[in-house]
Amino acid sequence: MIRVVIQAEPIDLAAEIARAEVDGAGAVTTFTGVVRGDDGVDLLELEHWPGRTEQALRELAEQATRRWALIASTIVHRVGPMRPGERIVFVAAAAPHRAAALDACAYLIDRLKTRAPFWKRETRAGVARWVEARASDDAAAARWDEDQASAR
Amino acid sequence: MLRVLYFASVREAIGTGEEWVDAPPDIVTVEALVDWLGTESEGHRAAFADRASLRAALDGRFVALDAELGHPREVAFFPPVTGG
Repeated sequence: MIRVVIQAEPIDLAAEIARAEVDGAGAVTTFTGVVRGDDGVDLLELEHWPGRTEQALRELAEQATRRWALIASTIVHRVGPMRPGERIVFVAAAAPHRAAALDACAYLIDRLKTRAPFWKRETRAGVARWVEARASDDAAAARWDEDQASAR
Repeated sequence: MLRVLYFASVREAIGTGEEWVDAPPDIVTVEALVDWLGTESEGHRAAFADRASLRAALDGRFVALDAELGHPREVAFFPPVTGG
C-alpha cells in the first residue's frame, strides 16, 4: 500500500503514524522533517509542480517497495506557507523486519530531496530568497546508487 | 505550439509560470531552446543566465540541457529542487 499526499494543511503526526502501522509489519520507521528557523527565517514557502510532484513521489515509493519488499510506504509533504517548528514532510516505511524499514525510510527522504519538484523560499525580516540545492543532498541521494548491487 | 512551464526563481524572473511558443524548427536540443527563449525578454535572459543552476523536463521527464529536444508537448525549466 502506497500513500502519497501533498497538502497545505499541517501534518497530523499521530494520524499518519497510526495509518503507517499496517497489518503484518514487524517494523515501522518514520521520518519527520521540521522547518528550521536558521538565521532568523520567519517564513518558509513551498512551491511544487502539481501532478508531476505526486507522480515523482509515487515512483519513489514504488521503487522502495520493490527494493525492500515493503508492506506499506507513506510520503506526506506540505506545500504553501509555513513557520519554523512546523512539520514539512513525513515519510514512513513498514516491513516485516527493521533493516528493510530503516533503509527504505532513509532512501525515501534522501531521494525525495533530489528527485521531487519542490522549491523552498525563505523570508527573513521581509526579504525573500530561494533556497539553493546542497551538494550534500546529492551525495546522500547518490549513496543509494552505489548500494544498488548490495541492497539489503 | 509548445507549452513551456517555469517554476520557482525561473518563474519569478520571467514573470509567468506558463507560455506557449512557436519555436523555429531548426532547434534540436533543449539548450538551443533555452538560447532562443533567452532572447524573448530581459526576464528570460536573466532567468537563463546561470546554466549550471538550470534544470529541464520534457513532458515531465527530467533531462540534461544537452538532451535532444524531439517533439514534446510540454517543456519545463526550473532551478535544482529543494524539497524535504
